[in-house]
Amino acid sequence: MSAEVETDRPVAGSGRRSRAARLPGSGRPAWSALVVVIALLVSVPVVSVLVQAVASAGDLALPSDLLEMVLTTVALLALVGLGTSVLGVGLAWLVTAYDFPGRRLFSWMLVLPLAMPAYVLGFLFLSTFGPAGGPARASRSVFGGSGVVELLSGWMGAPVVLSLTLYPYVYLLARAAFRGQGQVTWDAARMLGATPWRAFRQVLLPLARPALAGGLAVVMMETLTDFATVQYFGVRTVSVGVYLTWKGTFDFASAAQLSVLVLAFAVMVLTGERLLRGGARYDARGSHRPPAAPTRLTGAGRWWAFAAAASVLAVGFVLPVLRLVWWAVTATLADSSSLSTGRFATNLANSAVMAALAALACVTLALLLTHGVRMTGGRLARGAAQLTTFGYAVPGAVIGIGVLVSFAALDRSLEALGVPGGTGLVVTGSVIGLLASYVVRFLAPAYQAVDASFTTISPSVTNSAFSLGASPMRVLRRVHLPLSRSGIAVALVLVAVDAVKELPLVLLLRPFGFTTVSVWVYELANENFWEQAALPALLIVALAIVPVFFLVRQVRLAEPHRQVTS
Amino acid sequence: MTGAATVRPATSGTATASAVTLRGVSKSYGDTLAVSDLDLTVQRGEIVALIGPSGCGKSTLLRLVAGLERPDAGSVTVGDRVVAGPEWVPPERRRIGLVFQEHALFPHLTVADNIRFGLDGRSRSEQDARVREVLELVHLAHVVDRYPHELSGGEQQRVALARALAPRPEVVLLDEPFSSLDESLRARVRADTVEALHATGTTAILVTHDQTEALSIGDHVGVMRAGVVEQWGRPVEVFERPVSRFVASFMGDADFLPTSVTDSGLACELGLVTIRKDVADAEVVVRPHEVSLRLPGPGVTGAAAVVDRVEYQGPFILHTVRLASGRTIRSWQPHSVRYPVGTEVLASIAPGIVPSLLSGETALTHSPTQPDPTATPLPPDVGSVH
Repeated sequence: MSAEVETDRPVAGSGRRSRAARLPGSGRPAWSALVVVIALLVSVPVVSVLVQAVASAGDLALPSDLLEMVLTTVALLALVGLGTSVLGVGLAWLVTAYDFPGRRLFSWMLVLPLAMPAYVLGFLFLSTFGPAGGPARASRSVFGGSGVVELLSGWMGAPVVLSLTLYPYVYLLARAAFRGQGQVTWDAARMLGATPWRAFRQVLLPLARPALAGGLAVVMMETLTDFATVQYFGVRTVSVGVYLTWKGTFDFASAAQLSVLVLAFAVMVLTGERLLRGGARYDARGSHRPPAAPTRLTGAGRWWAFAAAASVLAVGFVLPVLRLVWWAVTATLADSSSLSTGRFATNLANSAVMAALAALACVTLALLLTHGVRMTGGRLARGAAQLTTFGYAVPGAVIGIGVLVSFAALDRSLEALGVPGGTGLVVTGSVIGLLASYVVRFLAPAYQAVDASFTTISPSVTNSAFSLGASPMRVLRRVHLPLSRSGIAVALVLVAVDAVKELPLVLLLRPFGFTTVSVWVYELANENFWEQAALPALLIVALAIVPVFFLVRQVRLAEPHRQVTS
Repeated sequence: MTGAATVRPATSGTATASAVTLRGVSKSYGDTLAVSDLDLTVQRGEIVALIGPSGCGKSTLLRLVAGLERPDAGSVTVGDRVVAGPEWVPPERRRIGLVFQEHALFPHLTVADNIRFGLDGRSRSEQDARVREVLELVHLAHVVDRYPHELSGGEQQRVALARALAPRPEVVLLDEPFSSLDESLRARVRADTVEALHATGTTAILVTHDQTEALSIGDHVGVMRAGVVEQWGRPVEVFERPVSRFVASFMGDADFLPTSVTDSGLACELGLVTIRKDVADAEVVVRPHEVSLRLPGPGVTGAAAVVDRVEYQGPFILHTVRLASGRTIRSWQPHSVRYPVGTEVLASIAPGIVPSLLSGETALTHSPTQPDPTATPLPPDVGSVH
């Protein structure tokens, strides 16, 4: 019959989805403009760092130990990359491929170290492995020297602590990739005569490469952002250089020049990720396959596996928490007035207010962005909205200096317009600068959470609202807002917790005399008042578990589950 | 297609009679031309079905009318108001109702609030009265306080229609509104929908991929291909007098047989088709219900054929028979008739049938007495075609 006529059955969503996904045409320039303006505002700090650096390129004011800083940064990135790869990939493989006691529990508990901020685990390492700590004393009495043990409170402490707190990023992505590849790939390799080790090394690991690249990029970015923890261990990276230069000289030019160097590292990390990914996305198709059945370990093997997983979890999370609890209890019992002193309440209030403001600002902007993109559907708006998420990939030092530079410029132009108040009043005199840096850095997770909710709202629901005569604002209020409530709630929590946890930005941008819980912990730890730092540190860890819980749940939902298919 | 049809200008004295007018509308996505220089007029109060293969532009056309896309060229007029072209009226100010395949009810609002959504700005009592009115229209007054997820698919579809009708729109657009429903439910909901549209006198444009649906619902049917309306006409015209090979084969099963000029007219393998002799290389369109099969016997005429394949289709039995030339044609036989494979039968065109003729890809005119070389496919009283 009609050989040349293709029938038009709706093919399980695919073709139709793409058509339905097209949204109202370019008829709403105001919304496009709004999205673009938000994107521009968010990118101002980075742009101003670049502008400032270029403008002052004539007189380079770089520190004398620049080369050493660069090499230190490279070494730190390499060591943390190695550490997180070994821990992340190894543990992911262990819980995916083998069955041993506690496997199910470990498979999500191993994510918990993500809730332990490096600056908390860092001071615990200092106290434990320092010269006065138990292990060092034991080592001295047994070997006559403390060698390796004391290294952990020296420069080696930095990569070890960072690896222990950051490996879950690699672990999560690697585990998803291993599970996604599934039984079929694994069986195919084994049927072709490969040993388990060879199948892992030559088939599964290359297949998991894109996921690994993604996880490692996040780890490197976090490492680049940190300039607090590494200072415990006397490690001077480029980010530390930015911080010390600014705090030492308050010189925009040299701080900006160093920031550009940090930015260059970030660009290299992202480029590296692209290269490692190699444009390949092997994992796209595996998502609906059942994961491979784990091999049941027997005899000593199962206890070795258990020990490996348990020791990482113990060192990265359980023991530190127990130590904090012990200290917190003893310190409070010894001096119960520490709780009632004004500092605790003030710092807590400062953290809470900043977190609430940051969460509100980020979520409002995220909502305007997602709604705006949906109102216009244009490529411009979509691209601009994507641009706003880059803040998460910009090291904190760059954002901090960028905010300082741009606020200083704002101050100057206000002054030029006749508004009284010298340079730095807005910058150092209020928390507005800090809030701005929070928005730049945390808009990405807020946007992603709200956007995830929006993707569950069918475009035809939006279009129905239009066809019933609703204006864009009414669509936002009556349809989009109520339907994206869960995403908004998640975004609020994520940003609030991130803001409480945040340390580098606060150190750089806080007004004089303004202390948050995170800064307080850092200051106490730096002065070796570890017992007193325990309680606020514990508070931060408890809060930080909340987003980890979201993350675990999200990964679980996205993962294919073993199903009996007939 | 050929543009031979009469186009009734929307701006003439009869402007109020047309509900939707598209003139020279084009829309492309990147390099893909979705709708190409298209003219279309929908009269007030009629139901129009647009049908075509995927990617033919039918849904794009609907989105252009709704205001969800902006045309690259041309204009769209709804009622007396130009909504796209020199002017641009956003979708929320067009007074056009939309019903989607997936119904797109607001999941967080009750049925009543869903319907009330389009009645913003009216008094509460007015809203309540209208909610009751449209729900009664679709026979769903009892679900007023339920949430969408508590409704069946058919109920959701009818609520979506009620919601679209509530603000008394100029036009309702329906994008494959029944395709998400079970086969058994579809006919019923379809009938209810047509009834509600006719009862309110609402103009409707419906997009479908289902031939039966298009033919049974539409006052007019537009068959689209590659961004243009290839044929526009009443259902019976589109089905029985297709203007092209594409329309013939898209709107139902069709076989094509070559013809030759004989002394008495054009003949195909099944016999004489028409008395005209002025065309060479024409093909005749034969649909399965137009082919009769009989067992050879005294007085029985027809082309000798052998049953090649028999397919049980419930009410009908589809016989595929091989003619002497080796070509196969299909014939629907009533439920009670079933010739086994290999049976020798005589095939002929059923009495009273005047099959369509194709010359190349396009149809020849039907009237055997007035050969018309321009092959105008449409009578002048129907809407327009590009």
